Amino acid sequence: MSMQSLDIQRRSATTTPSPDARQTLEVAKLIDVSKCIGCKACQSACMEWNDLRDEVGSNAGIYDNPRDLSDQSWTVMRFSEVEVQQGKLEWLIRKDGCMHCADPGCLKACPSPGAIVQYSNGIVDFHEENCIGCGYCITGCPFNVPRISQKDNKAYKCTLCSDRVAVGQEPACVKTCPTGAIVFGSKEDMIDHAQERIADLKERGYDNAGLYDPQGVGGTHVMYVLQHADQPELYHGLPKDPHISPMVGLWKGIAKPLMSFGLGLVALAGFFHYIKVGPKEVPEDEETES
Amino acid sequence: MTNHWVDIKNADLILIMGGNAAEAHPCGFKWVTEAKAQRKARLVVVDPRFTRSASVADYYAPIRAGSDIAFLGGVINYLLTHDKIQHEYVKAYTDATFVVREDYTFENGMFSGYNEAKRSYDKATWMYELDKDGYAISDPALQNPRCVFNLMKRHYARYTPEVVSNITGTPRDQFLKVCETIATCSAPNKVMTIMYALGWTQHSVGSQIIRTGAMLQLLLGNIGMAGGGMNALRGHSNIQGLTDLGLLSNLLPGYMTLPGEKETDFQTYLDKRALKPLRPGQMSYWQNYPKFHVSLMKAWFGDAATRENNFCFDWLPKLDKVHDVLQVFEDMNQGKMNGYFCQGFNPLASFPNKAKVGGALAKLKYLVIIDPLVTETSTFWENHGEFNDVDPAKIQTEVFRLPSTCFAEEDGSLVNSGRWLQWHYKGAEPPGEARGDNEIMAGLFTKLKELYKKEGGAFPDPILNLTWGYKIPHAPAAEELAREFNGKALADLTDAKDPAKVLVKAGEQLASFAQLRDDGSTACGCWIFSGSWTDKGNQMARRDSSDPSGLGNTLNWAWAWPVNRRVLYNRASLDPAGKPWDPQRKLIGWDGAKWGGTDVPDFKPDVPPGDPMNPFIMNPEGVARLFAIDKMAEGPFPEHYEPFETPIDTNPMHPGVISNPAARVFKGDMEAFGKAKEFPYVATTYRLTEHFHYWTKHARINAVLQPEQFIEIGEELAQAKGIKAGDKVKVRSNRGYIKAVAVVTKRIRALEVAGKKVHTVGVPIHWGFQGLAKNGFLTNTLTPVVGDANTQTPEFKAFLVDIEKV
Repeated sequence: MSMQSLDIQRRSATTTPSPDARQTLEVAKLIDVSKCIGCKACQSACMEWNDLRDEVGSNAGIYDNPRDLSDQSWTVMRFSEVEVQQGKLEWLIRKDGCMHCADPGCLKACPSPGAIVQYSNGIVDFHEENCIGCGYCITGCPFNVPRISQKDNKAYKCTLCSDRVAVGQEPACVKTCPTGAIVFGSKEDMIDHAQERIADLKERGYDNAGLYDPQGVGGTHVMYVLQHADQPELYHGLPKDPHISPMVGLWKGIAKPLMSFGLGLVALAGFFHYIKVGPKEVPEDEETES
Repeated sequence: MTNHWVDIKNADLILIMGGNAAEAHPCGFKWVTEAKAQRKARLVVVDPRFTRSASVADYYAPIRAGSDIAFLGGVINYLLTHDKIQHEYVKAYTDATFVVREDYTFENGMFSGYNEAKRSYDKATWMYELDKDGYAISDPALQNPRCVFNLMKRHYARYTPEVVSNITGTPRDQFLKVCETIATCSAPNKVMTIMYALGWTQHSVGSQIIRTGAMLQLLLGNIGMAGGGMNALRGHSNIQGLTDLGLLSNLLPGYMTLPGEKETDFQTYLDKRALKPLRPGQMSYWQNYPKFHVSLMKAWFGDAATRENNFCFDWLPKLDKVHDVLQVFEDMNQGKMNGYFCQGFNPLASFPNKAKVGGALAKLKYLVIIDPLVTETSTFWENHGEFNDVDPAKIQTEVFRLPSTCFAEEDGSLVNSGRWLQWHYKGAEPPGEARGDNEIMAGLFTKLKELYKKEGGAFPDPILNLTWGYKIPHAPAAEELAREFNGKALADLTDAKDPAKVLVKAGEQLASFAQLRDDGSTACGCWIFSGSWTDKGNQMARRDSSDPSGLGNTLNWAWAWPVNRRVLYNRASLDPAGKPWDPQRKLIGWDGAKWGGTDVPDFKPDVPPGDPMNPFIMNPEGVARLFAIDKMAEGPFPEHYEPFETPIDTNPMHPGVISNPAARVFKGDMEAFGKAKEFPYVATTYRLTEHFHYWTKHARINAVLQPEQFIEIGEELAQAKGIKAGDKVKVRSNRGYIKAVAVVTKRIRALEVAGKKVHTVGVPIHWGFQGLAKNGFLTNTLTPVVGDANTQTPEFKAFLVDIEKV
């Protein structure tokens, strides 16, 4: 959705400059996995605030439900049972959803002008009215987040509640989290808060506790505090060093200029056609009728 | 709760056992997170399953369902043998020094006084030795072998780490690690809180498990302390209010009790409850019982209740036995009942042995359902295939459904676990023809009263004389009821010292129960709620969150019973001389003339430090009971008894006495217990965060978050049975079966118990044959009909099943 007040710093497939008269504070959501109890209140709040209702599904032998992200489920909890230390079971519960990368692969991959934007506060938002349903954003996303709706063939994902943030409120999931596992603020403050949490975890014996703010995508505006930051894969396959897919680079680096060249050729051919043949003439009677 | 939700943030150690706060109380759980973040508190979870609470714990230890007394008894033994108790507290504030009667015995699992035919005890010997003045004899030197301390030591000496590990299945090193952690809180400035819920109550020894926890807390000096206490996490938003208002069959409001059938004399009834002090100089608060009782009868019967007619004492029912829900359904099943009113309640889903409950309902002439939802009980006569395989043609019960409002559609107060009465306002109008419960009940009452007036009847007096001064007789307002619970003066109340001074004018609301009289000049519907709606207005609606002490005692936020006190027994947070055990947790203090502080003192306000009066003023001995005297059904010290369905067919403590000898078992139900040979696995039922009981399956979002019935088993059992995650399985007990999806998990593991490998099957409740979630089986199809011997709470937490892949 379009949030004028947030000011846009980047738009997909657009070469004209974005409006940037106003600058908003760079924000971030910090998810402290060590405080999360997997209650799914965030999922519930997301559905409530965004008026989403996924199907009543089934149980596949796990706690995760809905089982995956969808156009109706913009966040889901991922439950992982791991034994990092022999005999010490851990139930790691990670809230999955859009990471709002500083360098968003989805936006870079998107061929439709203005379908994906990044506001000056860092939120990456889909403007579905411009979406052509090509699915390139999925290829572009290192976290496998966007989902195409079967109903309208548009891509959907977490907006970081850009509508709420635009009016000075925290995202709905943050508001509802009962244990304070999800917090929201300026990216700087969130990093500071994360450091306090990491110190606490280290004192409790989690020597590898750390912040997940992967630099391969320029850092993210959704960050995690992890007990085992050295092994993010433990958290239901959170990528260790995410990068934008080379396919996107290919599109931007080779395919896109080629395509532009092709488009240019067509335009040129059209021009010559015009010069040689002249404008298409409309019969007079048709003209009056229209 | 002795303390309250916010107070959990003051704990140094949090023990979650017999509960799963993160799962079932996620909002309250924030205070655990707070304690961890702000105080560096440690969280220990002991549970048969590695739960959502365990997922954020510092330490987790597994335990076999139904063996909690063995575990806790072992901790008591550890504290005593390692001298990790708070000596001064134990000596001053518990009955440790009291001498017990010589004829009290405990041998081979039985206490003195057992009557096998009645399955109950004559508890006369479970008493302190009294001197000629009727005071309990105390031995401060703890030399007498029969003083409570020494008896307790002897009783729990049997609970060695090896014995505990053998019964509970908790590996010895893990048990000891928990002991060591708990022992750190014997220091006066280290405080543990215990958070428990139905994981402790829903056992045939539930009350005794809780008592063992309380004993532990007393030995550590943690009762009365900020950040300490015994904290029951109540399972419904207003279930605390239900018990407070006396909605159990043997209770009157404010934990007063109904007379038994032999108690036909009013004065004897009162004397038995207005207990005389058992120690010199002690205040025994229940001596005010006549004031509370008479004021209740005045609230109920107004001018009809007079001194001459013993304030209508004869109108009260006299109990032949407790008529708890299990008894009621037993009677119904025997065809002894014609009709049943079922208000905000889904017994077909919530009571043990669904087949028995459904069969009982089918024997009724009529059933009235008052509920906002289409409950399974209201449709017990419908055929829903395997989920409810009945023949409607054979069921003649006439069912009336009266749609009621849900909590968001009405004004009123809810009493939370911390005893706070919080007023709330209607958020929406009810749909369709739904009416509030007050309105439905009042409508029925006014109609009945008319009929009694017109036609007379066997015993019309209590109905015709019930006070009913509500502005709209068929729809009493929540405000009117709340004012009635608080109580008012019926005549001018004068100062005892100065009769010319009027303290409260006739008709005015009372300030607290301290103003109640036993002469009929006050009326009060629930003495412990007195102070909630005073002449200053509705105290429950207050919303000032200021917290001057930083301890979370927000005295101007809502109102807590009794008298807005937030931490019960808070006098015990100071030593006898009035010095706080921990200055950082100072709740109250003596200012030279009276007690005051950041909490409402739980003591006589003008009795100075050093006085022989002790802090536990609700007990006539003034101290807390490690030895429960005659208060419990199965013994003064908690003892490990196996669940009625035990996986090991014996009790390693005393093979001759396996399960609770004082638990009531109806004929037929005993035969319906299963044996380990046929049903080898321990099942335990529980809630999930995504749902609330059988309600939220009617709500779309909840149904989306947890759509389909499942059960949980460990990897080892799954492998042995050829079950993979996602497979459909059949879980069978001696009473019936359910089918569900299998969740195979590392979080449930096999335990070594009495030389045998014991597997656990976890069975979440929540599903049924009504609602938006996928239809499923009612879990209580599986559960046995036996209750705790004191409260008759059913044993849902430990029973036997078999499991197979479908």
